[in-house]
Amino acid sequence: MANVPEDLHYSKDHEWVRVDGDIATIGITDYAQDSLGDVVYVEVPKPGDEFATNESFGSVESVKAVSEVFTPVSGAVVEINESLADEPESVNSDPYGKGWMIRVKMSNPGEVDSLLTAAEYEDFTKAEKE
Amino acid sequence: MVIKLTATAPQLKETPLNRLHRDLGGRMVDFGGWDMPVQYPAGTIEEHLRTRNHSGLFDVSHMGEIEVRGADAIPFVNRITSNDVSKLIDGQAQYSALTTPLGTVVDDLLVYRFSQDHLLLVVNAGTTEKDWDWIKSHHAGENLQLKNVSAEYCQIALQGPDAISILQQLTELKLADIKYYHFTTGTVDGVPSIVSRTGYTGEDGFEVYAAADKAEQLWTKMLEVGKAGTDTGVLPCGLAARNTLRLEAGMSLYGHEIDETTTLLEANLGWICKLDKGDFIGRDRLAQQKESGIQRRLVGFEVTERGIARDDQEVVIGDERVGKVTSGSPAPFLKKNIGFAYVPAEQAAVGGEIKIDVRGRLVGAQIVKTPFYKRAR
Repeated sequence: MANVPEDLHYSKDHEWVRVDGDIATIGITDYAQDSLGDVVYVEVPKPGDEFATNESFGSVESVKAVSEVFTPVSGAVVEINESLADEPESVNSDPYGKGWMIRVKMSNPGEVDSLLTAAEYEDFTKAEKE
Repeated sequence: MVIKLTATAPQLKETPLNRLHRDLGGRMVDFGGWDMPVQYPAGTIEEHLRTRNHSGLFDVSHMGEIEVRGADAIPFVNRITSNDVSKLIDGQAQYSALTTPLGTVVDDLLVYRFSQDHLLLVVNAGTTEKDWDWIKSHHAGENLQLKNVSAEYCQIALQGPDAISILQQLTELKLADIKYYHFTTGTVDGVPSIVSRTGYTGEDGFEVYAAADKAEQLWTKMLEVGKAGTDTGVLPCGLAARNTLRLEAGMSLYGHEIDETTTLLEANLGWICKLDKGDFIGRDRLAQQKESGIQRRLVGFEVTERGIARDDQEVVIGDERVGKVTSGSPAPFLKKNIGFAYVPAEQAAVGGEIKIDVRGRLVGAQIVKTPFYKRAR
C-alpha cells in the first residue's frame, strides 16, 4: 500500500503539499512515483516563476514516460530542489522528503483547504485503481 | 501529474504466463492487444542492468509463429522475404523482412530452417494477423502448406552472460555447441523444445520455444535454477527493459524504425536485402533505390545536452524540421539519452550535430555509430 502521510494535503493529480506559514512545498506522492517507475529526469522551473492553480510547472520522466506535474496552489517559486538534477531517483526512494520539487510562496493560502486530506486521497487512489 | 492507468480490457489476449506475471507483481499494460508486463517490482533500470551483467528472463510468447512445410518452402519464403533463405542450413536462423512491392516493410522476422521442406517464421505479436493474411495472399500454387501455429507455442527468452550456465542445468543439449543464430531441438526440463541462440538484447542468450501448456513449468524452472531473488540471479524483465536493451543494441522495432512507409535501405537494413538472390517482392524498387540513392536515412544519436528525446519528436537541423525520432529513451547501461531518427541522407554522417524538439525546447544531440552498445566477446 502506498504511503500517504497524515500531515500533508493532496491533489487529484497526485501532488502533495506541505504547508509552513504561506510557504508550500510540493512534490509527487508515493502512489505517483510507484506508478511512474524509475525516475531518471526531473524538470523544475526557476525561482521567481509564477504559477496559477493547477498549472504545469515541470515534468518527471521515467525510463518509459514523461509526466507533467501541476501546482496544486498558486504562487511564486521561492526555491527549487537542485539535488534532483543529480539524484532524480530521490523521487522514488523518498517522495515526501528528499524528493520534494519546489517551494512556492502562496498567493492565496486559503486554496489549501480545497485540497484532499490524506484519507480522501487514499480513497481517491483506491477508486482510480478500480 | 496525470497517471495513465491502463485498466485491463477483457478482450486483451494473454500469454500462457499471464497468471505468473501477476503473481510476480508485473505491471500489466496493453501491448498491441496483448496484456503484458511492462515491468516487475525491481523496475526497468534494474531489469536492464541485470540482463547486461547476469541474466534476464522475458516472456515473448506473444510473438507469432507461422509454419511453412513442403517442397517449395524455401523458394516461396525466398520470394516474400528480402534475405536469402537458400543460404540457410538446417538448424540455422536468419533475420529478414517481409517486404511490400515498394521495398518497405510488412514486418521483420526470423526464418528458422528445420529442413529443406520445413521453415518456421517468427513474426511480431502486433502484426501476426496482418502477416498471416499477407503470406497466405502470396501463396500462388507453390507446393506447400501454411499454418499459423502462434497459439500452440510459448516463447521464453533467457538473455545475458549467465544465460548459458542457467539453461545448461535444464538440458542435455550441449548449449556451447549452438552457434549464434543457430538452433536445435531437444528437451528442456523434460519438455520438448526448440532452443535457439538468438535474442533481442545485444547479449548472449537463448530463446526457447515449447508447447504453450508447458510455459509455466519452463518459466518457473528457469527462475529457480537461475537463483531468482538473489542479487545476481535471473530477473524477470518486462517490455520496457526489452525495449531499452534492444535500443542500446541498435536493433529496430517494428512500428518505430521500420514500417510500411520505410524502405529497408532507408532503415540501414541493406544487409538483409539480397538483391542478387533472384526475384522477391519489392526487389526492383530496392534495386532502383540503391542505384539512385536514398533521400533519408535512419541514424543513431546521443543527446548532448540536458533532456531526453522521445518517440515522434522532431529533428531540427539549422532552422529546418528535417525528420522525426523513431525511438528515444534513456539508456540505462550506457547512462546516456539515446535514440534513432530519420534525417536527410546528406545530413546523416556520424558526428553531425542535430537538435531534438523536446516539448518546445531544442536539445542538442550528435549522430553516432550504432550499435550504441556492443558486448565484449
